[in-house]
Amino acid sequence: MIFFWAFVVGGLFCVIGQIMFDVFKLSPAHTLTILVVSGAVLNGLGLYEPLIDFAGAGATVPITSFGNSLVHGAMAEAEAHGLIGVITGMFEVTSSGISAAIIFGVIGALIFKAKG
Amino acid sequence: MADKKKKNLPPEAQQYQAFQQKRETKRPLFKNCLKAFFVGGFICFIGQLITTFYIYFFNFTEQTAGNPTTATLIFLTMLATGFGIYDRIGQFAGAGTTVPVTGFGNAVIASAIEHRTEGFIMGVGSSMLKLAGPVIVYGVFSAFIVALIKTFLTKWSGF
Repeated sequence: MIFFWAFVVGGLFCVIGQIMFDVFKLSPAHTLTILVVSGAVLNGLGLYEPLIDFAGAGATVPITSFGNSLVHGAMAEAEAHGLIGVITGMFEVTSSGISAAIIFGVIGALIFKAKG
Repeated sequence: MADKKKKNLPPEAQQYQAFQQKRETKRPLFKNCLKAFFVGGFICFIGQLITTFYIYFFNFTEQTAGNPTTATLIFLTMLATGFGIYDRIGQFAGAGTTVPVTGFGNAVIASAIEHRTEGFIMGVGSSMLKLAGPVIVYGVFSAFIVALIKTFLTKWSGF
């Protein structure tokens, strides 16, 4: 069942993005930035974690989960070490996305050549 | 274009703008949304397959399996980007390939490959995060604000 909800919720996130493209005529960079910020805010309101439990990868794969996990890491560290943890724990949970993108970016540049 | 900017233009330019706005091709919103829904949903479906795989074979939990899933998806994106498949799907799916984390990966990897000719330090290294930069910058900044507010609320009001 979680596969079905992952499909539907993930798809709906993309529809929101498509509406931002077509109706509000935003660039992809603007759209992604807004989605990341709203992911962070949704976590702040405590709404994102239930969504992950409900939809699994439907909530963790869209870029909104990036904002969510930034707040998540910051909060976890803040509970352990107080206010400074907000800064030190920021990338605790998110590191995989950014490091994977950078590592595979360099590897990709080594292997592939630009076309056209 | 903003109205403020419009006022400074000569009348011919204003006329032209009204003219071209009328003739602009209407984007087929419903069809685009449908495409984005199915392609985006499919990427999340693959993500769920990978998540389930990590939960069963590597003892991750539902909450922590998101990380290895992200890394795996970005690896697959590298292959798809390198062979030029991702762009083709992207043209069809619009936001369906931009919104999932694979779109973030594609933005980084594609610009890394594209700027390779300018050298590895000034090309790949400095241009790689050009498109993904705003996402990281404002993601971190907003997360900082949200976490700060939340910490204050939980610490000093017993909320």
